[in-house]
Amino acid sequence: MHHLHSGLQRLLATTVFNLFQSELQCVKEELSSSARPLVELRGISKRYGELLANDAVDLAIRPGEIHALLGENGAGKSTLVKILYGVVEPSAGEIQWEGRPVTIASPVEARALGIGMVFQHFSLFDELTVAENIAVALSDDWTLDAVRARLGDISHSYGLALEADRAVWTLSAGERQRIEIVRCLLQGPRLLILDEPTSVLTPQEAEHLFLTLDKLSAEGVSILYISHKLEEVRRLCQTATILRAGKNVASIDPRAHSAREIAALMVGNEVGGVRSTAPHVPKGEMLTVDSLSLPTGSLHGVALSSIDLAAHAGEVVGIAGIAGNGQSELFAALSGERPTDRNDAIIIAGHPCGAAGIDARRRLGAAFVPEERLGHAAAPTHRLSENTLISHAAAEVSRSGFILLRAARRLARAIVQSFDVRMPEADPQARKLSGGNLQKFVIGREMIRNPAVLVVDQPTWGVDAGAARLIRQALVDLATAGSAVIVISQDLDELFEIADRMAVIHQGRLSPMKPVSEWTKESVGLEMLGVAENSGEAVHAL
Amino acid sequence: MRFELTPRASISALWRALAPVLAFITAFLIAGLVIWLMGRSPLAAFQVYVTQPLSDPWALQEILVKATPLALIAIGLSYCFRANLWNIGAEGQYVVGAVLGSWIALRTHGTDAGLWVLPAILLAGIIGGALYGLIPAFLKTRFGVNEILTSLMLVYIAQLILDYLVRGPWRDPKGFNFPQSVTFDPAATLPPIFEAGRVHYGFVFALIAVLVTAVILGRTLFGYRLRLSGDAPRAARFAGFNSKTTTLAVFGISGGLAGLAGMSEVTGQIGQLQPSISPGYGFTAITVAFLGRLNPIGILVAALVVSLTFIGGESAQIMLKLPLDLTQAFQGILLLCVLSADALVSNRIRFVVRGGAK
Repeated sequence: MHHLHSGLQRLLATTVFNLFQSELQCVKEELSSSARPLVELRGISKRYGELLANDAVDLAIRPGEIHALLGENGAGKSTLVKILYGVVEPSAGEIQWEGRPVTIASPVEARALGIGMVFQHFSLFDELTVAENIAVALSDDWTLDAVRARLGDISHSYGLALEADRAVWTLSAGERQRIEIVRCLLQGPRLLILDEPTSVLTPQEAEHLFLTLDKLSAEGVSILYISHKLEEVRRLCQTATILRAGKNVASIDPRAHSAREIAALMVGNEVGGVRSTAPHVPKGEMLTVDSLSLPTGSLHGVALSSIDLAAHAGEVVGIAGIAGNGQSELFAALSGERPTDRNDAIIIAGHPCGAAGIDARRRLGAAFVPEERLGHAAAPTHRLSENTLISHAAAEVSRSGFILLRAARRLARAIVQSFDVRMPEADPQARKLSGGNLQKFVIGREMIRNPAVLVVDQPTWGVDAGAARLIRQALVDLATAGSAVIVISQDLDELFEIADRMAVIHQGRLSPMKPVSEWTKESVGLEMLGVAENSGEAVHAL
Repeated sequence: MRFELTPRASISALWRALAPVLAFITAFLIAGLVIWLMGRSPLAAFQVYVTQPLSDPWALQEILVKATPLALIAIGLSYCFRANLWNIGAEGQYVVGAVLGSWIALRTHGTDAGLWVLPAILLAGIIGGALYGLIPAFLKTRFGVNEILTSLMLVYIAQLILDYLVRGPWRDPKGFNFPQSVTFDPAATLPPIFEAGRVHYGFVFALIAVLVTAVILGRTLFGYRLRLSGDAPRAARFAGFNSKTTTLAVFGISGGLAGLAGMSEVTGQIGQLQPSISPGYGFTAITVAFLGRLNPIGILVAALVVSLTFIGGESAQIMLKLPLDLTQAFQGILLLCVLSADALVSNRIRFVVRGGAK
């Protein structure tokens, strides 16, 4: 009886509360939908060479609205936001602020309009105090005492606890973010842009941030909230605009859709292309990773935790995941740029080499292509022939310490020919090649010596469609010829097209490896976001 | 309004070759203006600074003598600078090399030690400089300490050690209390190349260093490693080059050559240890290295030019009563002109006028 009673009581209480809540929400929405948008982007396009980063994107943000901008990495979110904040100039399209067209040529002009932005990576001086850090970003007529006083007010009214005289280096990531937010609030913004704000926060800090944002929204400040974490978007935002491949694919109410539906919109539902080669017959294990764990190397790094992976000769193994979930760390561990302390954590062609460097692994027949073309895979100011020396440990371009210049030039020519690299002049500097052509060169440099194992990170990122097709075909052909190919990619279509088996990396953990036929776009999407059934705890971690 | 440097799409080979020539002419024009403002004739100054030393056999030899330590040190520094590592402490490595080599010279003083003495002294000079150069390299690789600060601060330590030695334990007892060691034995002296000439074998060492370095930087994997570490550090790591061993190697080489320069100067030129064995060669060599665009042949030429300004500056002081500081000012102007010319060859200047919101 007692139980029933209290149960009823609770039910009643929640019902009333919900009613009240939805009433309030209705009023608020009515208010805001009737109001004209604070800012409206119309047909915004941005072209980088051959890459269309934004393709006629429309976006309208109403006053007081928390608007989510969702999309996978490379979908064009940051480009769009940079255009709005005056960092990047759009190739086409129009921005309207309160109904009148404006051009935003610089962040200074954006701030003058009332746009504030909190970046994912903070720009703070470690040695200065909180108040000093805020003062340096403001105009000259703010004195340190004025900042200190306003800091107290703002901290109090928005629950952004900060001690004005603490040095920044003593603060946690969450507290540093508060400084950035307060910095924006001091300028009385009408639109606050937050780029992946919870990526460096603990769940508790994140919850705290949401309360602050709710309060700001209630006061009429519009918020553009960039994220790929669906649960927090559904908790926080009234509208979500979803970008895919630079296009606005949908503007929806995230509270009215399941995480599953939104994930499907983000990763897309088109069927991948058909591969046109002989079927892959997996043979012996060429690369084995045995419960590999690596602590994080930096503040924004991701720790790898007990990763198991096996790639066989004659197959393409795909590793999907949203950027920043441990892909670069996994690549560094596989390539030996960051050796592990356990030698048997990584076995290449039967030889344990977890503690060995990249040279030793190349000599075992492995080859690697990192994500960054310029500066990592190739030296921008060096000629292509010199760039062949980067994988010198396994290429015939040096003898007893001396460079074989002629052999290097020959090798560069052979790569250029067999991978159709288009160049502005003979043997140019690497930086003079377009993205696609340099990527063909870099992949060709590693493939031309028929490696037993090839590990590629983002093989076609920012590459034009023609080059992407050529690269994918080459990867598939390499596996057909009997190599083990590991492709780390954020492009799901690509993995569905070329991989035989696939796993998803999320926060440094690898999902079980399954044949591609057993994956659906949806199931991959859920693993990518950490909301799959079998990773239930991850949902709460969001 | 502000300036903006934007990289040129293609760099003209002609301009690249002409740039240093134009830089020299500009530097001479600026220096001429300064001299004119000081109330002297720029033409007379040019004659004293440039024409006279180049037409006088004694002055020509002096140019080679002064160019020797500059070239040796600058060649060593080019290894560091190519790898984007900043050894500012060549002066200290020069001094420590000279001190360690002199230790052997003083120990064998007055004995009948044979032909091995001179090679041993030079080797000790190299080792002393190399070990001293490895200190900032070790501090950087082990603890991440900035090499610019440590290498610079070690200069003062080296100079004070030298000062202590020549005023204390190594002072010549019959030297009328002057802070200097005994004069080295002939067995411990680097002979002149020509009988009764001034140019000693140190200049030959400098030439060898130039040639060997040209081969190492241009033709060996080690040289490529330095360039790659300097131009694209992540690519160097990807190529399997350990940045720590690179750091240690270039500081060792750089210190060793500075030490050899110090030892050559003491055994070939001064003949004894004294507090002022260097008029700042270790620092001037930084200018020389960049004047020569970190290219071995270029460095040799730059060393000769800078040496010329030293010799010319000395006679200008005597003949025109121009202060010696003007020489240093001219070296600075020259470096600035050469670096600006290089920047203008590979970049375009753009004036950006934009009315910001504030």
